[in-house]
Amino acid sequence: MKRAFPILAVLTAGFLGYAGYQALFVAPTDQMQGDVYRIIYYHVPSAWTSFVFFFTNFVASIVYLVRRNPKADAIAVSAAELGVVFCTIVLVTGPIWARPVWGIWWTWDWRLTSTLVMWLIYVSYLVLRRFSTGGQAPVLAAVLAVIGALDIPLVYFSIWFFRTQHPQPVIGEGGSVDPRMLHVWLINWAAFLCLGGLVFWARYRVETMQQEVDETEALESLLQPGGSR
Amino acid sequence: MNTHYLYAAYIATWAIHSGYIFTVVRRYQRVRRKLRELNKHA
Repeated sequence: MKRAFPILAVLTAGFLGYAGYQALFVAPTDQMQGDVYRIIYYHVPSAWTSFVFFFTNFVASIVYLVRRNPKADAIAVSAAELGVVFCTIVLVTGPIWARPVWGIWWTWDWRLTSTLVMWLIYVSYLVLRRFSTGGQAPVLAAVLAVIGALDIPLVYFSIWFFRTQHPQPVIGEGGSVDPRMLHVWLINWAAFLCLGGLVFWARYRVETMQQEVDETEALESLLQPGGSR
Repeated sequence: MNTHYLYAAYIATWAIHSGYIFTVVRRYQRVRRKLRELNKHA
């Protein structure tokens, strides 16, 4: 496994370079927006990847609540971090795209606001994990994750259910996206999923090692004189 | 047209990813060092 990681890292870097090249130079230019529309090749795949990680966090949190399995907890916290990273990119690249296209950086419409709320929920999850010292922190965080996951479908379906400033869906039923654009979109999503998966693997490894350290330290403190009270 | 917004978005994306990967590497090194020390004491 240790040998596979650098090989996969090089392959992922190459794939990301290829995806970036496709996004910047191969995808056709949008007639209305010009080249600035190419931000969506990072913005949309990052949003989809954040959904994948938040959903992973949701499933792992349920597994942890049911079985109290530390590996499920490690998966949950690692997925939450990756989800926040990708969601941060969504919240940064969105306004950068909106400024030249809409003329404003931000508007409090359903899609944007629910995405910001989702980001805040998972940031509070990570803050709870980081600064809570009690043994119940993983359980409380898992409960927060399960409740917080309710916002994910709200974010995703908000552009179907409500009138929003955010562009309407262009993929799927009634979609009008150019197949060449869709192709580049999917390449970029696959590349971001590879990157996310690789970093998730490393982050999960850090978390399981940290659990090992915590267990060893707890055991040592019990074995010390007067530590078993 | 407005390509500086495009470059700003791409640079911001990679800055966020790079920053996060850097913190993961730092945490990995710290926890591995800690684990080695504990194993040495044991």
